Amino acid sequence: MNWPSPSRFSFRVFRVWQRNFEIYRQNWKISFLPPLVEPMLYILAFGLGLAVMVGEIPLGERLVPYTTFIAPALVSVAIMYNSFFETTYNSFVRMYYQKTFDALLATPLNLEEIILGEILWAATKSVIAATLMGVVISLFGLFEFPGALLLVPLAVLGGLLFASIGMICTALVPGIEMFNLPIFLGITPMFLFSGTFFPLQNLPGWAQGVAQLLPLTHLVALVRGCALQLWSGWYWLSLLYLAVAVAILLPLAIALMVRRIIH
Amino acid sequence: MNDTGPVTILQANDLRKAYGRIQAVDGLSFAVQKGECFGLLGPNGAGKTTTIQMLYGYTPRDSGELRLFDLDIDRDIRTIKRRIGICQQEDSLDPDLSVRLNLVGYARYFSISRAEAARRADELLKFFALEGRADDNVRILSGGLKRRLMLARALVNRPDLLILDEPTTGLDPQSRQLLWERLAELKEQGLTILLTTHYMEEAARLCDRLVIVDHGHILVEGNPAALVRERVGHSVLEIAEPDDAVRAFLQAEQCKVEDLGKRLLVHLDDGDDLFLRLTREVRAEGCTLRPASLEDLFLKLTGRELRE
Ligand SMILES: Nc1ncnc2c1ncn2[C@@H]1O[C@H](COP(=O)(O)OP(=O)(O)O)[C@@H](O)[C@H]1O
Ligand SMILES: [Mg+2]
Repeated sequence: MNWPSPSRFSFRVFRVWQRNFEIYRQNWKISFLPPLVEPMLYILAFGLGLAVMVGEIPLGERLVPYTTFIAPALVSVAIMYNSFFETTYNSFVRMYYQKTFDALLATPLNLEEIILGEILWAATKSVIAATLMGVVISLFGLFEFPGALLLVPLAVLGGLLFASIGMICTALVPGIEMFNLPIFLGITPMFLFSGTFFPLQNLPGWAQGVAQLLPLTHLVALVRGCALQLWSGWYWLSLLYLAVAVAILLPLAIALMVRRIIH
Repeated sequence: MNDTGPVTILQANDLRKAYGRIQAVDGLSFAVQKGECFGLLGPNGAGKTTTIQMLYGYTPRDSGELRLFDLDIDRDIRTIKRRIGICQQEDSLDPDLSVRLNLVGYARYFSISRAEAARRADELLKFFALEGRADDNVRILSGGLKRRLMLARALVNRPDLLILDEPTTGLDPQSRQLLWERLAELKEQGLTILLTTHYMEEAARLCDRLVIVDHGHILVEGNPAALVRERVGHSVLEIAEPDDAVRAFLQAEQCKVEDLGKRLLVHLDDGDDLFLRLTREVRAEGCTLRPASLEDLFLKLTGRELRE
């Protein structure tokens, strides 16, 4: 396996992105619905049903209503889902069933550019979802500005990270049904235990330690910190975690895909 | 035709590729000259697709040299890929896009402007009789239409070399005829074509020169008609249900006989004298005389046992 060299990449990466974007645009009305409707459903369900029982949650020096607590987590989870599912199921279908990568390889593009284009597109989907959700949630008055604007760069970073993780799965699974494994071993536990629906402090000490290893924990912390304008020095560490993870996993994803396809 | 002598478009030297213990390509060397249609013939598993995939960097070579347009593939693969059009064996059309957008979208990978791409798409749709289906989704196209679109897509960058991997496998006779006509037309216009196939009729009809490949290496190379004449002969006498009298007659005549049990094949180099005597003196029924074909040569060289 070879680490991808920067000389392998050119503006053509953007062509792959463009292909996916164009198809997304063809059915944007459907693609736009989940990020718009989902937060409303959650906010209604949790805000009306659960929040009254849970009461207020301590966050830094403040007490916030439960709905406010989970709203940033919903955005974080959407960032994770949008990119992860794009580079797993969707990329796998393009690679394996539709032979799209095969078709693109017959043009001046190389495989490294194709994979990077896919990852960038997946991250873009995360940004679109985060933005749409952010708008809806802001209409409910649950986000604070200008802090919430930082969700866009965070969606880029988180999108790149979970797209890379998804692409690594795609490079390793023998068949499409095997994606169940990383989903129930990784994605679902993260969805539940990354400080999303309850504060990490409620977990036993060892579990808090484990949670600190999960990428979604750090994304949730940052998104919540920015959206609610709770500044803390710890956020720099979370940011560093995400940046380092992207710096390692993105090239790794490309290298593994090259190993899978070219032999 | 050409004052400066033949121009070599593709030069392959001693290509090799192993998948584990399978030697898929085993020392393949050939050259394609400008303006010709060159055929890579071989049974299933001969290594045709592997060879084609080497030409666009999909399959790395274990060893061997590959030059296209006098450029080294390892150094200038992007320049090379800009100038070739590839129609892969398997359908790789974009099922999320319409027929027309498949062409326009593909042109973008070659950095062709949107307006120019649209112009070329119209031209190609017309050439391949696809105009009526331009806005259809490719998912609903028949196999023949998909192949035509694959071929059209391979031409969208106006390649100097068109590479076709089994372009008509699995098509009905009508679609096949149409494709052959179009390919002949493209050749007429001066396009250089590299074609793999296991349809002998296709090779005989389109190829100026060809190699027959089996187990990754070349068995024979040359002009199809000349090869058939040299290696098989002029005509083939087929005898169904041969009896002892027939066998004795052929033995006495010292013929080159291929014995398939229920059928005998006799390769004849000259005239129909032997055929006439056989049918007059021994027996007439079940005996047919036909011109020798590329298929005879192919089967003679690659054997008759089933592949894969
Ligand atoms: N990716 C691969 N992995 C392992 N074996 C392969 C692979 N691709 C082709 N082969 C083997 O290499 C040989 C040549 O295959 P191929 O080039 O597809 O032949 P053809 O196109 O002439 O039918 C076959 O035995 C095939 O099974
Ligand atoms: Mg093949």
